[in-house]
Amino acid sequence: MRKAFVLIASLFVSSTAIADLTVEITQGGVKQRPIAVVPFGWSGQGAEPPLDVASVIAADLKRSGRFDPMAEDGMLQKPTVGADLDFDDWSILKVEAVVIGRIEQTGANAYNVQFQLFDPFRREQLVGYRMPASKGTMRRVAHRLADMIYEELTGIKGVFATKVTYVTADRVGDDTTYRLVVADFDGENETVIMESTDPIMSPAWSPDSRRIAYVSFEDQRSSIFVQTLRSGNRIKVSSRPGINGAPSFSPDGRQLVITQGGVDGNLDIYILDLVSRQTRRLTDHRAIDTEGTWSPDGRYIYFTSDRSGGPQVYRVAVNGGTPERVTFEGSYNARPRLSPDGNKLAVVHNDRGNFRIAVMDLRSKDLLVLSAGAQDESPSFAPNSDTLIYATRQRRNGVLETVSADGLIRQRLASRQGDVREPVWSPFERF
Amino acid sequence: MKLIKATAALSLLALAACGGNTIPDPEPDGTVYGSDSGSDVDTSGTGDDGMSGGGFIGDDSAGMSGELTNVIYFEFDSSEVSADSTDVVLRHAIQLAENQRLTVRLEGHADERGSREYNIGLGERRAQAVRQILLLQGATPAQISTVSFGEERPADFGSDESAYALNRRVVFTYTN
Repeated sequence: MRKAFVLIASLFVSSTAIADLTVEITQGGVKQRPIAVVPFGWSGQGAEPPLDVASVIAADLKRSGRFDPMAEDGMLQKPTVGADLDFDDWSILKVEAVVIGRIEQTGANAYNVQFQLFDPFRREQLVGYRMPASKGTMRRVAHRLADMIYEELTGIKGVFATKVTYVTADRVGDDTTYRLVVADFDGENETVIMESTDPIMSPAWSPDSRRIAYVSFEDQRSSIFVQTLRSGNRIKVSSRPGINGAPSFSPDGRQLVITQGGVDGNLDIYILDLVSRQTRRLTDHRAIDTEGTWSPDGRYIYFTSDRSGGPQVYRVAVNGGTPERVTFEGSYNARPRLSPDGNKLAVVHNDRGNFRIAVMDLRSKDLLVLSAGAQDESPSFAPNSDTLIYATRQRRNGVLETVSADGLIRQRLASRQGDVREPVWSPFERF
Repeated sequence: MKLIKATAALSLLALAACGGNTIPDPEPDGTVYGSDSGSDVDTSGTGDDGMSGGGFIGDDSAGMSGELTNVIYFEFDSSEVSADSTDVVLRHAIQLAENQRLTVRLEGHADERGSREYNIGLGERRAQAVRQILLLQGATPAQISTVSFGEERPADFGSDESAYALNRRVVFTYTN
């Protein structure tokens, strides 16, 4: 009998930080715009500020695949206030935008971080902002500044202040340790929130980013848990005999769509009310119905069903009714996820024998294959609907990749070691 | 449905084994529920009696005699219990029917291809195919539980067909 253990942790415990994710761009199909992020000025105790905010911003912009931040030693000047900026010094370098800023200490653990974004050709400020920060929040503030710069320059909301959750599996001999991890999107602050010798699957964010639902096989059976990140408290919300799987939150966070199989193993879609704990059956078919997910408007559940033979995506009204088939292209379309703007559907698609991430435009019905692996899985949209994260294989291990929804920019988030799978992008944090 | 096919094959086998001479005419989709199933399967181990109309049992060294294996394997995207595996399942069924205090957990598994939760479904479908045979052969529902690990617990961590073939399986785990 295997000796099982389960470790639950709150967000602030991170003793077992694993592979930090680092980013390498595997394919850049668009021009990377030259930009300069000048090192921020500093006034306060000590020689240096608590964080090199400019580097965090530059790394975020580079990670987007749409910008090429210039190296510091190529800069002709390093202004920290707008009055010192010489537009000619930057236009001669053909830099399309310049970010300058400074950090001021205002108390023992209190700072002001300010930045300005300039267009050296039009010779004007595009945006400027000041934010209070502490040592603990400064990295997050830097990401939010990067979000503002990114949105100003591209018209797309930045996602640098978001998080991802994913599952890792580390095998030593015959034993595998599964970990449910939450990290900043750039791989920093990797934190294990749950650890077990039995499989962990299918993490899902609550819409307020404060809870994660997941499936755990502790006790050699599947159960669905909802865990609060800050406290580490968790509640077992579904543990009927047979399968309990594939949780996904409703847009209001009060319900989960889940899969239950029962004693006879007939997988169907159910709605679980998290307050009353009542379940309501939504599909009733002897085929496999699973992987339910809410449409952003709350009206439909999209799910995988093999009622027509192979797995395809169907949708059914949340209040019930006859499911209608959504995907028709190819023999295998599973694990649907909708973009937060409601316009696109991501699936795992069998592309001539390879399982790849594809996105279907829900209006035109066009299907675009975005990934290039053989075993790609678990697509998840960024909250700005512009980028997806998914898992692919590098030799025997799962690694994470992101791809823009138009397929032009694809990046690998390399991890030091281990098998990483089932990434899920957090919603925008609410302030 | 593949599950039903396995059941139909079993019904034929059960009939053949007890020397029956009426073979039910399967419906077009193979829907034959096991009205002919009893627990009176020939346990002699030869499996030769009344096999004129059958032929499912070939090399019986793997199935009806020798040490009883706890793992059976499946074809790609299939939950059909093969003829050889049916022999194995039948021996487990006899064991369970003869000792009602025995309980077994059927662990269904899938290979790694495709999406994870759908693979949980495929593993469960395999476990249920085995469960149906056990029930038809006299095991009771209380003796059997199923769990599907999908692709989460591979027996072989490779990513080629030989590894996949080892991973598409149902494992019998006796818990009592």
